Amino acid sequence: MEPFTVHVGRAVPLRRTNVDTDQIIPVRFLTRSSIAGYGENLFNDWRDDPDFVLNDPRFTDASILVAGTDFGIGSSRESAVWALTGRGFKAVLSPRFGDIFYGNALSNGLLPVTVDEAATKALWELIERDPSLAVTIDLGAKQVRAASLAVPFEIDSHARWRLMHGLDDVSLTEHHTARIADYESRRRPTMPTTGRRREVS
Amino acid sequence: MTASAGPRTLADKVWDSHVVRQAESEPDLLYIDLHLLHELNTPVSFDLLRESGRTVRRPDLTLGTEDHNTPTKDITKVIEDHAARHQVELMRSNCEQFGIELHRLGDERQGIVHVIAPELGLAQPGMTIVCCDSHTTTQGAFGALAFGIGTSQVAHVLATQTLRMGRMKNMRVTVNGALPAGVSTKDLVLALIHEVGTAGGQGHVIEYCGSAIEGLSMEGRMTVCNMSVEAGARAGMVAPDETTFAYLKGRPHAPTGADWKVELAEWRTFRTDPGAVFDREVVFDASTLSPFVTWGTNPAQSVRLDGVVADPAELDDPAARQAARRALDYMGLAPGTAMRDIGVDAVFIGSCTNGRIEDLRAAAEVLDGRSVADGVEVVLVPGSESVRRQAMDEGLDRVFEKAGIQLRYPGCSMCAAVNEDRLRAGQRAASTNNRNFEGRQGKGSRTHVVSPAVAAASAVAGRLCSPEDLEA
Ligand code: SF4
Repeated sequence: MEPFTVHVGRAVPLRRTNVDTDQIIPVRFLTRSSIAGYGENLFNDWRDDPDFVLNDPRFTDASILVAGTDFGIGSSRESAVWALTGRGFKAVLSPRFGDIFYGNALSNGLLPVTVDEAATKALWELIERDPSLAVTIDLGAKQVRAASLAVPFEIDSHARWRLMHGLDDVSLTEHHTARIADYESRRRPTMPTTGRRREVS
Repeated sequence: MTASAGPRTLADKVWDSHVVRQAESEPDLLYIDLHLLHELNTPVSFDLLRESGRTVRRPDLTLGTEDHNTPTKDITKVIEDHAARHQVELMRSNCEQFGIELHRLGDERQGIVHVIAPELGLAQPGMTIVCCDSHTTTQGAFGALAFGIGTSQVAHVLATQTLRMGRMKNMRVTVNGALPAGVSTKDLVLALIHEVGTAGGQGHVIEYCGSAIEGLSMEGRMTVCNMSVEAGARAGMVAPDETTFAYLKGRPHAPTGADWKVELAEWRTFRTDPGAVFDREVVFDASTLSPFVTWGTNPAQSVRLDGVVADPAELDDPAARQAARRALDYMGLAPGTAMRDIGVDAVFIGSCTNGRIEDLRAAAEVLDGRSVADGVEVVLVPGSESVRRQAMDEGLDRVFEKAGIQLRYPGCSMCAAVNEDRLRAGQRAASTNNRNFEGRQGKGSRTHVVSPAVAAASAVAGRLCSPEDLEA
């Protein structure tokens, strides 16, 4: 995973709340078998609408998405994150995220930034007025900056450390393999396993 | 945070008993007892595993099924859609390579992942259960901590049988009273989601308790826990009791003999201690409920069947107002329309929310001696092969056939609409699934989430209604 420290890019205002992962990547595109390519279908059905903000050429190279509250709710599909990263997004801002989406974003180095509704609105207005405005996401300082606006954000300290070093979870966990084996030696042998058991009655 | 000595919640007890490692300001390393897989969200996880030269640590705690892409009308043909077939083929080769048991299409144990794990007796009290699927919450009905994970986390569990996770907050939903006759658990959970909103449970595990929950069958508890994720919660749970133990006894993977006694004693310890503190409490009265249906494009945009489509102008919150306007536009509905005046083109009965035998019985009861309205297409899909067989043993297939409905083969079908069962743009369905998101049942589809009884009655009437309306 690429380390994430400071990102400067253009932002796109998505003035919608309750953006579920079915909208980010409709389920019929989930039959892909690799991470690559999901970006093509980001917000596929909303993009039928010529007025949809991601169709606006002024925002085509945006790398920061500023969305309304409850972004990424619903289905657990990690392809919602791959669709965003596949289109070049590095960060998503919203007052509140779906839990699974939030975790999936962190796993893939897409920074989910929780900012309150007032800051979201202020950002929308700024970037609508000037789509070429540079927006800075500073993970080290835990701050979003755009023009004269500076918005602090909170993020779990461990998640932040991991992102800043580009570490992946599996390698971190593998340091504790001995503990896992120890835990396994203490598990009750009467707990179920998945191999074929008795016939279905 | 280490396990506190004071009174603990059910969820905290399950969590504490699975902590492999704890360290200051780091997520806990949590052991996973059961890892379920289906073909839709997993091919990439196996690629990640192979790319890093890792293997599956505990294939014996891992189980796969085929459910999302599988056909429901005729299972003898090859899957026509190329991408869907490719995914099923990948699932088979991946499970084969890593020695994972897979319940394939046509197998007597195949079905929707959240339906088969409970019926095989694999979901047991006090366990941690994960799957690449948000409705894993279903299995919390057994007093397990069961939740959906993403693809990277699937790869993590495959490689290490653990997850790195921050502790969830505790929320208690107490449902007092009892459900009135003619009101189902689906109505209850829809009303609950309406009350708390789609983010009401965010970051929390919800424990459901109270007399109305205690009075539910395991099937009913599963329906409630299933939709916890629609209230934004990470997981939903019900403390195990005699109903749970009776359900588990004799299931293929349930313990037997002396093992049963050992496990039963363990299971009984998984209850919230008196005095345990919850981060959030909601109290609800079941006795005044009536059938509940959705009108919008998120599961909280709902109303009693007796009610009318909401008027966005009457909503105070500007964001909710805008969302309601957009939803009505998408749904092709005018504010103030009586829910009972909404005609339907299709009815879907099935899914991991309502595809169990009790749901099929509820539908059959309404359909017995009646027939489907002209022009309404009904898609009836059992949650598992075992449910399908039981429905035939009970003669429900003949009731459905007389009403003009085919009992199909099991799978997710029109809940996710990734197989060939999907609505056309503009078609309106009464559906027993869990999500009414835009395009959920096919691009441009319009979904009203309802209970099995309301779905069956709506099929007969060709519009949203309850069984009582048919008698009048
Ligand atoms: S039935 Fe629907 S909600 Fe359940 S697992 Fe299948 S697609 Fe997901």
